[in-house]
Amino acid sequence: MLLIRCPHCDEERSEEEFTCAGEGGIRRPENPGELSDEEWADYLHFRTNPKGRHRENWCHSAGCRRHFDVVRDTVTYVIHSTARIGDG
Amino acid sequence: MSRSSRRAASAASRYSAFALLRHALTRHRDWQPAWREPTPKRHYDVVVVGGGGHGLATAYYLAKIHGVANVAVVEKGWLGGGNTGRNTTIVRSNYLRDEAAQLYEFALRLWPGLSAELNFNVMFSARGVLNLGHSLQDMRDIERRVNANRLNGIDGEVLDREQVQERAPALNCSPDARYPVLGASWQPRGGVARHDAVAWGFARAADALGVDLLQRTEVTGIRCADGRVQGVETERGFLGADKVACVTAGHSGVLAAMAGLRLPVESRPLQALVSEPLKPCLHTVVMSNAVHGYVSQSDKGDLVIGAGTDGYNGYGQRGSLHVLEHALQAMCELFPSFSRVRMNRHWGGIVDVCPDACPIIGATPVTGLYFNCGWGTGGFKATPGSGYVFADTVAHGRPHPLAEPFALDRFARGALIDEHGAAGVAH
Repeated sequence: MLLIRCPHCDEERSEEEFTCAGEGGIRRPENPGELSDEEWADYLHFRTNPKGRHRENWCHSAGCRRHFDVVRDTVTYVIHSTARIGDG
Repeated sequence: MSRSSRRAASAASRYSAFALLRHALTRHRDWQPAWREPTPKRHYDVVVVGGGGHGLATAYYLAKIHGVANVAVVEKGWLGGGNTGRNTTIVRSNYLRDEAAQLYEFALRLWPGLSAELNFNVMFSARGVLNLGHSLQDMRDIERRVNANRLNGIDGEVLDREQVQERAPALNCSPDARYPVLGASWQPRGGVARHDAVAWGFARAADALGVDLLQRTEVTGIRCADGRVQGVETERGFLGADKVACVTAGHSGVLAAMAGLRLPVESRPLQALVSEPLKPCLHTVVMSNAVHGYVSQSDKGDLVIGAGTDGYNGYGQRGSLHVLEHALQAMCELFPSFSRVRMNRHWGGIVDVCPDACPIIGATPVTGLYFNCGWGTGGFKATPGSGYVFADTVAHGRPHPLAEPFALDRFARGALIDEHGAAGVAH
């Protein structure tokens, strides 16, 4: 069971209050019209899937319902940091 | 080993009632190990990375059908110790989409003959699979799926509540149940098989055909030059290979990264558990997508219960407690008589989930490097078919017709095969 500190509420809460929205830090393409099919596929579907430190986007879905950045280890499950998007 | 002596060796160790009797006369002291512990060669035609069911089946069919016997299967732990030994052993083929249905049906048709083919009892038991419907929408989806299955030549029936109750008397089908049962889909040819035996059977049969099974040999790198694969770095040294076939399920992303590739897969723990052995009380496989759980009873009597995946990536072979709790709550509502059964063991396996809940089978941008991955939560049922089509793909350097829609480039082509919700969570 993970305990996650929501940087918006500034409280440590059980993982059941949260939803993981997948890999964090993925930027929308700036010139979508110029992307090749391969680049679109990479943006939409391909993900880094590291065994170790991973940057994720989580949502405090049963709380403030806001998204934030999490750096978490996928082997030890240790949460290294949580931060408001843009602050981390 | 020459061809004739190899045949002689495999004939001598052939398992049969007669062999059992013969060994009984010598008090079972002369049984031979089921496979060799070979010293790695410097070069192989094909190195299969991953000694689970799919990898071993790939090696077996490479040697058996395509005459490629200079093959090594490289496994970091022990054979069948990953997801092959961690799944809930369910076999079925009632998928919605044509491409998926045909691939899983091809696999399902191999199951009944597998024990005879491998000379190893894989304990396949076609005891039928029920997929429950708890709402009108569930029932509409079930009718759509069963109709699609029948158009694809796959057996299937829509059952009403009484027919479901007949097949699963312990199931709570009363109208005031927490999860009322309105009906189910029924695939009579589906069932269960002993998952360890599948790995051991393929391993022994592949070994008899000359395949080297290298256990406790972790791959630490994939060597490539000029866009072509050269072989794999392992704990026991470098193994040269013309072709490298990766079948590493949850660790596919890690292997891909060694070759500088990215895959559209995310690795997550999927949990299951078994109970203490009970007298026979459940004669079919019961699955429910809506409540996220599935259950069957093994021949030993244990209830084998499957839960869902975690909502986030993880490589720890355990899962979140609340996911398990949810599955068990649902199971107690569906089968009130199971509420006091004690659970013996609980574990997680790392599954590689694709965005469209379908596997990736075929070539990569690196020449000679092939991947068979992305089976996510439902790979066990496909083991023989997966190995068959992947061996064909690797041997000939072009996709097997059934594997063609599952190529890696489907994501760039937008040709995803959307089995989410169709096959449901309960793969």
